[in-house]
Amino acid sequence: MTAPLRIGFIPLVDAAALIVAVDKGFTAAEGLEVELVREVSWSNVRDKLNIGLFDAAHLLAPVAIASSLGLGQVKVPIAAPFNLGINGNAITVSPALHAALMQEIEGDRFDPLATAKALARVVAKRRKAGAEPLTFGMTFPFSTHNYQLRFWMAAAGVDPDEDLRLVVLPPPYMVDSLANGHVDAFCVGAPWNSVAVDLGIGHILHFVSDILAHAAEKVLAVRQVWADKHPDVVASLVRAAVKAAEFIEQPANLAEAAHILAQPERIGVDAEVIQRTLTGRLKISPDGTLRESGRYLLVGREEAGRPDPVQAAWLYAQMVRWGQAALSPEAVETAMAVFRPDLYDAALGRRPPEQAPAAFGAFAGPVFNPDNIPGHLEAFDVGRWKA
Amino acid sequence: MSAEQSPKIVIVDESPIRAAILEDGLREAGFTQVVHIREMQSLLARIYAVDPDIILIDLENPSRDVLEAMFQVSRAVKRPIAMFVDQSDSASIQASVEAGVSAYIVDGLRKERIKPILDLCVSRFNAFAKLQEELERTKSQLEDRKIIEKAKGILMKVKGLTEDEAYVLLRSTAMREKKKIGEIAQSIITASEMLK
Repeated sequence: MTAPLRIGFIPLVDAAALIVAVDKGFTAAEGLEVELVREVSWSNVRDKLNIGLFDAAHLLAPVAIASSLGLGQVKVPIAAPFNLGINGNAITVSPALHAALMQEIEGDRFDPLATAKALARVVAKRRKAGAEPLTFGMTFPFSTHNYQLRFWMAAAGVDPDEDLRLVVLPPPYMVDSLANGHVDAFCVGAPWNSVAVDLGIGHILHFVSDILAHAAEKVLAVRQVWADKHPDVVASLVRAAVKAAEFIEQPANLAEAAHILAQPERIGVDAEVIQRTLTGRLKISPDGTLRESGRYLLVGREEAGRPDPVQAAWLYAQMVRWGQAALSPEAVETAMAVFRPDLYDAALGRRPPEQAPAAFGAFAGPVFNPDNIPGHLEAFDVGRWKA
Repeated sequence: MSAEQSPKIVIVDESPIRAAILEDGLREAGFTQVVHIREMQSLLARIYAVDPDIILIDLENPSRDVLEAMFQVSRAVKRPIAMFVDQSDSASIQASVEAGVSAYIVDGLRKERIKPILDLCVSRFNAFAKLQEELERTKSQLEDRKIIEKAKGILMKVKGLTEDEAYVLLRSTAMREKKKIGEIAQSIITASEMLK
């Protein structure tokens, strides 16, 4: 290839493997010249990838699937040969909502069923008092954040479309919107939850890993036709990303990785805040309370980088549950075909691992079975889907 | 909406100058119903209040993702919104994305009515980008001129040259070293400050 690869990204910590792959020289070592392009919206990333202004992109996993299905956009088949991050999101609530929830909660405050039930009671009380419904912010209609919020609250019978308002907000606006009362809570990736807590205007209610133990978040996305045309480049990109993910997961490299990511033209926040995210040791309350989780964000551990088509099927099932997509066996197949463990394995020159990929570990509902999505969805009371 | 009536167009752009350029163009072309939204808070509520046929948004605007929520089934949406560009129209989408603008069109608006609006949008956005480039260039030229004046003054003082001779020396050095005259001037200023 003569021209450098143009790869789009949104300034979030889960772009870590991509950014470190380029800035630490792992892509150059593979003979790739890469220009990283920082973007301001997922719509831009998606469109620029789809029309070929980007060769690859850091993309919300559900957007890659929606693109392949032609939902809400021009249909362009996408291939995801590398998974950028497992988990990594958190739900942050305003001090007022936090106080209301803690007043209602019965049981462990980190138990998502307990908090969801408390939310249901807060919602009911507000309705009785004639108060405005609560507003929750999330990042995109086709986003993990949207589905994670819905999955959580619906488990206690809160209907996300009837009982409160879910609104899309660009991540950089989340904190301001919480501060000025435009939203009561939000679900977003790092670093924005920590930023809100540091400013004293938010409490981290949940790490999303409380709700789903192992959930695909972002992918390294390329157009399917491009992947077919440039298999060697795809393989090189995967290898560079794998090396970067391994590098980031080494405790000895943490400070250097955080420093690389903190640069103004990359994520552009304090290295210390990024380091907190990578270690999973987060301040969750303005009073300084710390919470540590080994599952907050997985970049390279537990084979986080290897795409798992079952994750894609789960995301598609959420689209069906909330009325974004019609249910069809062909669509399930299309969705699953977006996640390409075969390209990942080929790049590393190895056989598929014998061990099954990590399970979702959802806090509610039956174990997910991609072969029976209608049966799975039947188990949930709240939803918009029609069989 | 009757065929004769001008479609209602909303421009979402935080740059007042660019929005004005676009709005002028649209009005000149006979589109009389144009509303500019600059405030991003409660963007959807504002858009619903106007109830437009077409929404134009600049791609530097993170709130573009907010607009994507309009595709979703929601009680708040009065009329369905669809991106006008269909599979066959990738040239249009490419031109607009490259120009830095995106269009959202309410379902039912005829395609031939949209094309001139999008074309106009692309040309005005490109014109604005060019204008900005020229402004930048003028600014850096002004900056250069100041530096060159200063360097000339140093050369005149140190080497006892006339103003014209000092300029010729700067220019010939720049040509010989294949550099911009402003760069040579800057290095003279830097050197003289170091030697102070």
